[in-house]
Amino acid sequence: MSTPASPQTSADLTPTPAQTVGPFYGYALPFPDGEKLVDRSHPDAIRLHGTVYDGDGVPVPDALLEIWQADGQGRISAEHGSLIRDGYTFTGWGRTPVDNVGRFRFTTVDPGPTEEGRAPFILLTVFARGLLDRLFTRIYLPEDTGALAADPLLSSLPEERRRTLIAAREEDGDLRFDVHLQGAEETVFLQYPNTPQVTGPVTG
Amino acid sequence: MAETDTDPDAAKASQDEISAEMREIHDVYRRSRDDGGPEETSARMNFPPYRSSLLRSPTKSLHHTDPEEIELHSPAFGERDVRTLESDLTIQHGGEPIGERIVVTGRIVDGDGRPIRHQLVEVWQANAAGRYVHKRDQHPAPIDPNFTGVGRTITGPDGEYTFTTIKPAPYPWKNHYNAWRPAHIHFSLFGTDFTQRLITQMYFPGDPLFDLDPIYQSITDQSARDRLVAAYDHSVANHEWNTGYRWDIVLSGSSRTWFESDAASDEEH
Ligand SMILES: [Fe+2]
Repeated sequence: MSTPASPQTSADLTPTPAQTVGPFYGYALPFPDGEKLVDRSHPDAIRLHGTVYDGDGVPVPDALLEIWQADGQGRISAEHGSLIRDGYTFTGWGRTPVDNVGRFRFTTVDPGPTEEGRAPFILLTVFARGLLDRLFTRIYLPEDTGALAADPLLSSLPEERRRTLIAAREEDGDLRFDVHLQGAEETVFLQYPNTPQVTGPVTG
Repeated sequence: MAETDTDPDAAKASQDEISAEMREIHDVYRRSRDDGGPEETSARMNFPPYRSSLLRSPTKSLHHTDPEEIELHSPAFGERDVRTLESDLTIQHGGEPIGERIVVTGRIVDGDGRPIRHQLVEVWQANAAGRYVHKRDQHPAPIDPNFTGVGRTITGPDGEYTFTTIKPAPYPWKNHYNAWRPAHIHFSLFGTDFTQRLITQMYFPGDPLFDLDPIYQSITDQSARDRLVAAYDHSVANHEWNTGYRWDIVLSGSSRTWFESDAASDEEH
């Protein structure tokens, strides 16, 4: 095939709008072992799990989640190989669809802080049918209460909102984190500078 | 206005009712723009004419946050992850798929015009009859045994990508009675910062369904909507083989501090 000549495109650098992932991503985006950032046999392996709920508190059966995190030492991976898991390479990224009762599960490790003294967290991105743009949030580890208290994001939130960003540690070492897209327990979703998102009318 | 039904599959409202709701929202937006209100460059998450957004969009403001180190980086993908042939959706089976063979090509840059090089692009779409190879797609249009409708590629050094595929057809859905989606290809994109992550849909020029579609119209700003429409580009067509479309994508701005050496080390991925 010949290489097409590149016509001069306009210098419009306004970001391209988002659209919903729709209902039919299921055969396209999920891939084998997408939810396994490490193998279950890894000595530090934990399960990060939870449920995605809508504004009526009903589980959302067609959401897709991605996580992105540092390794146990707080190092950020630049390794290829997320889509072809070899069982050894830690790429820091995972993707999973929720099941038909809204539940998700990742196998990963607790991230270390990327800077000395900072509260470690896992970045979570939510896509769903009915959700016209992706949502970002952070899953903080609950242990380092000093670092959590000093965290710039958490300390800017009232207690009942702050709580939605901190995972619960279960007895077996697993992390539990539920996502509420809407409602009284609505998860705090994040907006970054340079990243335009439009909620439409909001109440709070 | 009557109570809006939150069941996304109720298919109760008529197209006229949905169109009237959309017109009202757009009118309010245009008036707000005329009065100096903010430009909306993306889709509104809370867009009632798209019924399934009602219970799935945040009702509280997004919380402004400065990115930390992990948010300034993105996962890396390469030849280990994606085979070259995955960018041609017409050769995944034993025979030729039915439909109009097209090439879709373009460049991906960030909000500062920096090319997104060596990064993953994923696409998925309906076939030439408007049917997805997905168990939840119940539309009684034929499945094409020679077309799955899923492709991947890694962008080139200038942020360029190219897919060979079949032009998808519109398909019905249950948002309202007799609702049809304009033909589209779903795109999933990564940048250099995870905060640039984008999933969107590319449309074809002149689609008569644009005005009727609450997903497309959830972008309240006409010039923003136009950014999702590819251009027919005859230089992408190939003699006796395919027609072609060009669609350039702009991700949001990177918040990283960029140095000359970053671009160089990027090349080595
Ligand atoms: Fe679609």
